[in-house]
Amino acid sequence: MVLQFGEQISPEVHLKIQAFAALLEKNTLAGIVEWVPAYTTLTIYYAPLLIGNGGSEDPYDVLYRHLASLAAKLENIAPMPGRLVEIPVCYGGSFGPDLDIVAAHHNISPEEVIAIHSQQEYTVYMIGFAPGFPYLGGLSKKIACPRKAAPRSSVPAGSVGIAGLQTGIYPISTPGGWQLIGRTPITLFGYCKQPPSLLQAGDRLRFMPVSAKDYERMERSRHEH
Amino acid sequence: MNEWKGAGMSIKVISPGLLCTIQDAGRHQYKKDGIITSGAMDLDACKIANLLTGNNMEEACLEICMKGPELYFENSYLIALSGADLSPMLDGVAVKMWRPIWVPKGSTLSFGAPRSGCFTYLAVAGGFNIPKVLESYSTYLAARFGGYKGRALMKNDVLECNTAKEILPLLNSIYRLGSGNHVVEAHWAPDPQLLPAYDENPVIRFIRGPEWQLFSKASQDALLNEPFKVSARSNRMGYQLQGPELSLSRPAEILSSAVTFGTVQVPGSGNPIILTADHQTTGGYPRIANVISADFSPLVQTQAGKNIYFKETTLADAHQLLSEQGNKLELLRMAIHLKLNQPV
Repeated sequence: MVLQFGEQISPEVHLKIQAFAALLEKNTLAGIVEWVPAYTTLTIYYAPLLIGNGGSEDPYDVLYRHLASLAAKLENIAPMPGRLVEIPVCYGGSFGPDLDIVAAHHNISPEEVIAIHSQQEYTVYMIGFAPGFPYLGGLSKKIACPRKAAPRSSVPAGSVGIAGLQTGIYPISTPGGWQLIGRTPITLFGYCKQPPSLLQAGDRLRFMPVSAKDYERMERSRHEH
Repeated sequence: MNEWKGAGMSIKVISPGLLCTIQDAGRHQYKKDGIITSGAMDLDACKIANLLTGNNMEEACLEICMKGPELYFENSYLIALSGADLSPMLDGVAVKMWRPIWVPKGSTLSFGAPRSGCFTYLAVAGGFNIPKVLESYSTYLAARFGGYKGRALMKNDVLECNTAKEILPLLNSIYRLGSGNHVVEAHWAPDPQLLPAYDENPVIRFIRGPEWQLFSKASQDALLNEPFKVSARSNRMGYQLQGPELSLSRPAEILSSAVTFGTVQVPGSGNPIILTADHQTTGGYPRIANVISADFSPLVQTQAGKNIYFKETTLADAHQLLSEQGNKLELLRMAIHLKLNQPV
């Protein structure tokens, strides 16, 4: 079942979805398997055989009634901004081989790209595409840049990239076509961690520029843990 | 003592086949972390293979795709094969699908030409001895975790198996009767009415997708009336179809949103893709339809080059059909339980 909270990407719609997901977390129903927030929707996965009193009632109706009663409560809940997560990034060099391309695209210096990218606070609208991959809202038009014409066959884990008006971080090494401007030593995804994804929909995010030296130090201490 | 202990059992991979992965009912509750569900393509077949070896339905099976592996049994074992008929053989002699088979120590299981379907499931009594990752045995190939070392089987891998405690008395009675040294196939098999309804060119039922209304009338009619051929580029992520090109009546921007097994999405090429077990958690293509869960088994067993025919149904019917399917599995579970506990 797909719940639609609006037509356009907006902070208001996003906060409403987060508030509803939090409400659902506390008031779930036997047979609801999981739910996935996206830009304007919350998708509910359900097991029909476990809903509806052993077949006496239509599972969709039962689920619908439950969700509608939660939606009614939503009116009285003030939207809460998510937690702030800081992501250290070493920009440029071998970590961000496309930083100069983004700068040249706007005829500005690489330093200006870094300043603009790290000044902004971003919102994690959803996680998708790959485990732990955040779809971030809030990229400045001043550093938006089209994807690469030919995608790389392998983008290293931790790479921070730009594609159009989106910016994001690759949690695992995958093929990808985003312009890479830097890399974080932070692990965004680990299947032994709970939750496995560091970032969750609803989080606020800020990129913190660090030197290559600091990057190496953080990566070393990560491996020691 | 001439007793079959059932412990420390293992199977060695002589040749790995095309794509053999450990799969179960899938990894749930992590889609919001971007973690795909994975799991058996033909979940009903996977469940039935488990039942036939005395396992519970949620145990892991080895999923074998099109070109089967060669597996050497270092110990005697009770197995079952379900799903696609890829001409299974033990030491070169054909064995039957959909029934318990006693495999004596030192036998080699191999496969020949695919007779029907794409995915075969091998269950071993007691299940495979591998760790669960995020509550599932399923292999997540792209993220390299779960299943056997997060990957498909390779030559010289050794699959360790658990002890089949539940049916140990049965296994021991086979052993004591002296039949432990040659292949024994059960003389019974489940009623075909209770097995998945496969068809070479199946009719696949669907309900309308969220963007159905955005598609042109010609595209809607084409989906309802024309055959679609399964492309050779299909895989565990999705089945690509070839047929009349589907298009929106006017361009529309679709925001990325969650998708599921059975979602029929239509990229710019106009060729629909039906998402299957390894689909990404979110997608941004218009969704014309959703295949109903009850028809997943015949869908995934459709070979490349064969046709599928779409037929519209209602959500209420989809629920009803799924419920009937659940009842059939429960009947099978009870019947097989009785059979496996009869003395030999």
